[in-house]
Amino acid sequence: METLTNNSTLRKTDLIFGREHDTLSLLKEALQREKDEIINELIESGLRGRGGAGFPTGLKWKFAKSAPGNEKYIVCNADEGEPGTFKDRIILEKAADKVFAGMALGGYVTGARHGIIYLRGEYSWMRNSLLLKIDDMNTAFKQLGLDFILEIRMGSGAYVCGEETALIESMEGKRGEPRNKPPFPVAKGFNNKPTIVNNVETLVYALLISHLGAAAFAAFGTEQSAGTKLFSVSGDTPQAGVYELELGMKLSDFVAEFGDGDTKAVQVGGASGFCVPRRKFDQTIIGFEGIPTGGSMMLFNSHRSMYHVLHNYLEFFVEESCGQCSPCRVGCQQLLLGIEAIKARKKPASYLKELIRIADTMRLASKCGLGQSVGNAFDSIVEEFKEEIIY
Amino acid sequence: MEEFALTKIVNHHGTEREKLMPILQEIVDKQSYLSDDDMVKVANALQLSAAEVYGTASFYSFLPTQKRGIYVIRVCKSIIARMKGSQEVLQAISDQLNLKPGETTADGLFSLEEVNDIGWSDHEPAMLINDKVYTDLTPEKATRIISKYLEQASQSKLSFNPTQN
Amino acid sequence: MQNIRLTINSIPVEIEAGKTILDAAKKAGISIPTLCHHPDLCVAGNCRVCVVEQLGARTLQASCAVPVSEGMEISTNSAKVQRARRDILELLLSEHRSDCVNCYKNNQCELQELAAKYVFSSSELIPLPALQHYSIDASSSSIIKDDSKCIRCQRCVRTCSQLQHISALAVANKGSEQKISAFMDKPMANVVCTNCGQCVNRCPTGALTERNYITEVMHALHDKNKHVVVQTAPAVRIALGEGLGFAPGERVTGKMVAALKQLGFDAVLDTDFTADLTIMEEGTELLTRLKKVLVDGDTQSALPMTTSCSPGWIKFIEHKFPEFLPNVSTCKSPQQMFGALAKTYYAQKRKLDPANIVSVSVMPCTAKKYEADRPEMRDSGFKDVDYVLTTRELARMIKMAGIDFSALADLSYDSIMGTSTGAAVIFGATGGVMEAALRTAYEIITGREVPFENLNIQPARGMEGVREAAVKIEGCEDNWKFLEGAVLKVAIAHGLTNAYKVMQAVKEGRADYHFIEVMACPGGCLGGGGQPMPTSAEIRQKRAEAIYAEDAGMPLRKSHQNPEILAIYDEFLEKPLGHQSHKLLHTVYVERDWN
Repeated sequence: METLTNNSTLRKTDLIFGREHDTLSLLKEALQREKDEIINELIESGLRGRGGAGFPTGLKWKFAKSAPGNEKYIVCNADEGEPGTFKDRIILEKAADKVFAGMALGGYVTGARHGIIYLRGEYSWMRNSLLLKIDDMNTAFKQLGLDFILEIRMGSGAYVCGEETALIESMEGKRGEPRNKPPFPVAKGFNNKPTIVNNVETLVYALLISHLGAAAFAAFGTEQSAGTKLFSVSGDTPQAGVYELELGMKLSDFVAEFGDGDTKAVQVGGASGFCVPRRKFDQTIIGFEGIPTGGSMMLFNSHRSMYHVLHNYLEFFVEESCGQCSPCRVGCQQLLLGIEAIKARKKPASYLKELIRIADTMRLASKCGLGQSVGNAFDSIVEEFKEEIIY
Repeated sequence: MEEFALTKIVNHHGTEREKLMPILQEIVDKQSYLSDDDMVKVANALQLSAAEVYGTASFYSFLPTQKRGIYVIRVCKSIIARMKGSQEVLQAISDQLNLKPGETTADGLFSLEEVNDIGWSDHEPAMLINDKVYTDLTPEKATRIISKYLEQASQSKLSFNPTQN
Repeated sequence: MQNIRLTINSIPVEIEAGKTILDAAKKAGISIPTLCHHPDLCVAGNCRVCVVEQLGARTLQASCAVPVSEGMEISTNSAKVQRARRDILELLLSEHRSDCVNCYKNNQCELQELAAKYVFSSSELIPLPALQHYSIDASSSSIIKDDSKCIRCQRCVRTCSQLQHISALAVANKGSEQKISAFMDKPMANVVCTNCGQCVNRCPTGALTERNYITEVMHALHDKNKHVVVQTAPAVRIALGEGLGFAPGERVTGKMVAALKQLGFDAVLDTDFTADLTIMEEGTELLTRLKKVLVDGDTQSALPMTTSCSPGWIKFIEHKFPEFLPNVSTCKSPQQMFGALAKTYYAQKRKLDPANIVSVSVMPCTAKKYEADRPEMRDSGFKDVDYVLTTRELARMIKMAGIDFSALADLSYDSIMGTSTGAAVIFGATGGVMEAALRTAYEIITGREVPFENLNIQPARGMEGVREAAVKIEGCEDNWKFLEGAVLKVAIAHGLTNAYKVMQAVKEGRADYHFIEVMACPGGCLGGGGQPMPTSAEIRQKRAEAIYAEDAGMPLRKSHQNPEILAIYDEFLEKPLGHQSHKLLHTVYVERDWN
């Protein structure tokens, strides 16, 4: 661990990439332990889903373990489609073995004998190399006496498939439309069987926690946001890339490290996340007590038009909404057309109020996280950069 | 796609509904898009209606149901891509191939599309050509890449031939 | 199953586990608006109009989709709910081409109804239909599809897959491009659509409607040179009332005849007459096939034989099981038999030039429109049936004409081709053709009535999706001795999903039926795609009860007793399956692709 400045809350760490682990021996070691012990370790570690939604991983595994039935699945959600995120790409390039071992561990703990990696279609270039690694892993599982087999399924370009029930629908050969919940996947998921869907990064941390122990992980971060997390840093930064950072940092410290000296806003969590303006950098904590995030950090300097940023996000949602539920399908279109109409003076500035109300209804009434989070970027950009939106 | 080639793909994957995506993906891998006839055949094999196969395929950006070129160029249009100059890159390719986004060249070689985030915000502008990635693009670099494809195509006399699948 | 206790608007409710918040609200007498919800269909939870607030939940819950849980505290009218509900409706209205006054569904539109209730000031939102390239698909003889009025509730899609096993309509594309589409967005006329109209019955807006022929029929009625005959199908008389203010299950046969006369039809005749004729032809066909197979060892005659009255079923089997087309009875449907006879037998008897006859039918069905348009259906030398109206269209014409329907005195059908039996009336319910056929065939074979109390063949009745029955044949007349002791195995299916199950069993050799009745629509014709809306299992049950009551009240209840039937064979057709029958009453089928 390296402390950059004495006062900074930003700490770069190296749990995932820094050490040369013998992944199989980590797995072997974990397989010696009681299943409940591992679950408890995960719960105590405070590890929460790293895709952005933040459900406690240990609890998810616990529910899946206690779900009745012999046929269970563990799915690695490698469909990172959130604008500005690319951390899973780096993990799968550099540490795929840890992901796979994490899945096997989850399988061992929950009774799932089948692991499926759902890889986004945009990453099909890495499919063949992953397949080779999967072959090796499957052989290794056999040698370890572990009844677990991995396979890979491809997405085909649909952002909403990152939502776990949409992902399951897609794996079943259907349109990736999110399901009604309950039931949740841990009860009824893929082919109606109990299914654990974990983010790529989460699986790696789960494996590492079984090795390092809950305390070592929880020593990082804060009480509500235990541990470390990968961040995808992009935009107006001299050092775009993936960084593992301790959770709970102040955004001002993050900007001090990664900004170009002229950062006017940071979009935390991608298009579905929040836009934080410069004046709030100091009061913004990155973590579950502040802004929880899947790790997309897009920096914008003072040359950037926040209207263009918002417009780009809304275009994205208009295209990538699955389209089944009315608040999201129609709401996204209305928000986009609405800001265009205000810009073109076809609607008065006061129409923004209507749009904020629509965004709030989308937050309250949409079927899944996609529609529910469109208002995050919308509200935060409109509120902080009203002039740029109107004029 | 010829019947025997398609049958081979279906037999390889199986006929359960959950095999629909892998089957469609493989057809697209081999011929860039799904023809009406392909979808009907897959529907029959999987005991689905053609509308259901079409409905599923049309949900996914990478399962086109209209004719595409042998090389599908997908330029990222995320906000980061735009900030880093993706529109200039797109324009350069467009000028070079005389092709607007959404179109396919007359010889059936290239299609040009703009797509949502492809996961390379650390190296934008970026594009995919089929399943190869090209990053840190400039208009010049993109032009050079396309030229290589053109060269390669003329060497192997690759062009779209309607009698061949 | 254990009960769950919850409160809705502070009212305590107790309901079985597994039920939804919407069910519980209904139980508590609280109404929640819905759009994508339909009692015949699986839960979708996509329109979000039914959202309610659950204490402690971050977001609102779709009450149609969320199961009740112990101690839930639900509010259906909080400020949050009211605002969201209104916003959602405004969003849907912005997506919908609100051309209400000109719309065929004006006043019968569920979206309009909700708008009237919950949206009472003009919306600022930008109308979306103008920005899309919508066109109206009027290619089908039966169904018109107008995407600009579609609110994507997917009821039609669920109907087409769940009830009908066709999926001619599916959801295509995503995001703002998402739409309800046939394969590759082809015109409805060029896809597997069976024209059953069940989607029309369940569409909450004007996006899917029947192709109506009201103007054409009015025009014919006003043309003094035309003799306009109308036939009414069995299931019309027990449902027409619903479109005119009567409760489901009220029979309005006499009033309907009176109204048709007031509308100016020159003769009001009955499809029931040709339903009886169908029994004569189809019953004979079945017995002939049985004889050929069982006695003559003929391998060409296909068994099981299936009925052919339902044009939705015909189109389905043409697409889905073309290898079984030889199994379908060659009998035309009662509508088409009637049409062929109207311009031949009827014309001769009434000394009319068939060229001046306009033959109209009133059907519970949209597929009948397509059937009438089939090129095979011109055996009279003319288009046998010129215009097909649905029950809904007739209700509308009655209203347009200012007829006070409830005040009408009952009138009887005209003759000829207006007399019928109870056996014909029950054609309108699933199992009815089977029951009618058995009443006649059993008597032909044995000389005795079917061994069921009051001729009511209970195993053929009911709403079970697939029903089977076996009738042991004993004491045969001399001609039919070869059937002595044989067990006649029959099956009945309604709704094409059930038809698919039965045919799949036959195909895989899992079933050894001799005779199968199939009706494309749930409940049979009484649940047809041209019947008044709404529809539900309860409504269809009431209509079925009405049909069986109508049958029970008829003086004659067996087709072969119909005096007009005896007369037509005597004067015109000679005998069942005779030369004239073959020419006018039987047809051929066409193999079609499944796409």
